[in-house]
Amino acid sequence: MFLQQFIQGLTLGYVYALMALGYTMVYGILQLINFAHGEIYMLGAYMTVISFGFFTGAGLTKTHLFLSLILSMLLSIIFVSAYGATVERIAYRPLRNAPRLSPLISAIGVSIFLQNFVMLTQGATYKVFPPVFSNTGLTIGGAKVTPVQLTIILLSSVVMIFLHLFISKTKTGKAMRAVAQDRIMASLVGIDTDRIIAITFIIGSALAAIAGFMVTLYYSLINYYMGYIAGIKAFTAAVLGGIGSIPGAMVGGLLLGLIEGLAAGYISSEYKDAYAFIVLIIILLIRPAGLFKRPMEEKV
Amino acid sequence: MHIIEFKGLTKYFGGLAALEEVSFRIKENAIFSVIGPNGAGKTTLFNCLTGLTKPSRGEILFKGKNIVGLPPHSISKAGIARTFQNIRLFKEMTVLENVLSGQHNSYGQKIWSSLLRTKDFLRQEESLRQRAYEYLEFVGLHEELNKLAGELPYGSQRRLEIARALATEAEVVLLDEPTAGMNPQETAEMMQIMKRLKEIGKTVVLIEHDMKVVMGISEWIIVLDHGVKISEGTPEMVKNDPLVIEAYLGKETHA
Repeated sequence: MFLQQFIQGLTLGYVYALMALGYTMVYGILQLINFAHGEIYMLGAYMTVISFGFFTGAGLTKTHLFLSLILSMLLSIIFVSAYGATVERIAYRPLRNAPRLSPLISAIGVSIFLQNFVMLTQGATYKVFPPVFSNTGLTIGGAKVTPVQLTIILLSSVVMIFLHLFISKTKTGKAMRAVAQDRIMASLVGIDTDRIIAITFIIGSALAAIAGFMVTLYYSLINYYMGYIAGIKAFTAAVLGGIGSIPGAMVGGLLLGLIEGLAAGYISSEYKDAYAFIVLIIILLIRPAGLFKRPMEEKV
Repeated sequence: MHIIEFKGLTKYFGGLAALEEVSFRIKENAIFSVIGPNGAGKTTLFNCLTGLTKPSRGEILFKGKNIVGLPPHSISKAGIARTFQNIRLFKEMTVLENVLSGQHNSYGQKIWSSLLRTKDFLRQEESLRQRAYEYLEFVGLHEELNKLAGELPYGSQRRLEIARALATEAEVVLLDEPTAGMNPQETAEMMQIMKRLKEIGKTVVLIEHDMKVVMGISEWIIVLDHGVKISEGTPEMVKNDPLVIEAYLGKETHA
């Protein structure tokens, strides 16, 4: 049972981690909790279902299932990144020099808008993603790992490695670090900070789209308010790791998933959603800066 | 040749004029100082010049082109760099990384070539590092490459800011109180650095309170008081200007 719950927790943890990265990157660069991030993830799930439905209609899924899945994910990434960049442009950029509370309220507004927008255009009922993977899977030490779980674990790991390389090795990645440390100084060494901020939102949204894609494969059911609870959990994961810290978001996500998986197995799955909040309260009480940040880290 | 020209620059903060109809010109490859009592508008002048503050009125010509309204990163690209009175380094980055950050616009880079570390990329990276090293050598920090910027002693942090400013390949370097808080030896070293900046062809614009520094190295000085230019000239001329003595040096003797 331990291993089974562990695998389940790990799978969820990877989804939380991908989303937590979006929260943490935006926070790192703007000190803004992007409360609309959960809705971006929800859009990722909807775009997956819509694209896959389109390919089914075109008859592609019968002949090339794998290809249609990849294409659905790519389409979802493209559309959702565009949403993310648009939200930044119209809801946050005009408030760049406003008091910190203003963009926060704007974020909540965007979140409510997107939920209702999807409800009105896509309907208030559940959408179903056809079960395309077999449920048999392989067995490791008595625990079953399904193909979807394996896909999630592998895909997320690859994405995270890419993100790490992007941030540490590329020019844009280095500029992101400079903007996070001191936005004004970054602009004075010639970095176009608005562009870097837009790129940060695009990357965060792309990660959320991948998370939405994976969850759609995993649960097969999506709805317009799925982003709310997932968003809060991913936010918890980001705080657990230390908001603003990228390794923190990765580890925080995995840890939160594992806590949830194991607690659901050993304590009760009735309170599945409550564990994340218990964790959040405990961190805020004993280590508010999170696991990966020095407590008094200076923010310029 | 004049590299920078201010024409009737005016900046209001609310009803308060931080700068009022300030006009002057800066010669290319000169060491030029802006002095004046606290609150005279010196830093506001630098902020207008680097695009951090938008003037209410007036023009700033850089090599004949008006740069008012350009965002800071474009002005940096055009060739103006600065340091800050309260040091602003990327404290969580190493000394070398800070200088490399200044080279942001001196190279183009494809994401794939940097992720795959192609030959071209590695060659470019090597030449950037070489140049960064030279800038650090210029300010005498070439032995501290991998230290975190925030862990350097105060005087070294100021010199690192200059190395980073040089890395943007600026023609004009603005120094906001570069010797503030320094001991006499560090101050002497900083003056040497400023002289060498001139030798390598840079124009140095200085805000400074230490009169020994100002009078020692400036070729031309303007004096601001309450946002208004009250005097300008060589150190000799400014020193003997009764208006300056009244507004500035006069106050110092009372203090």
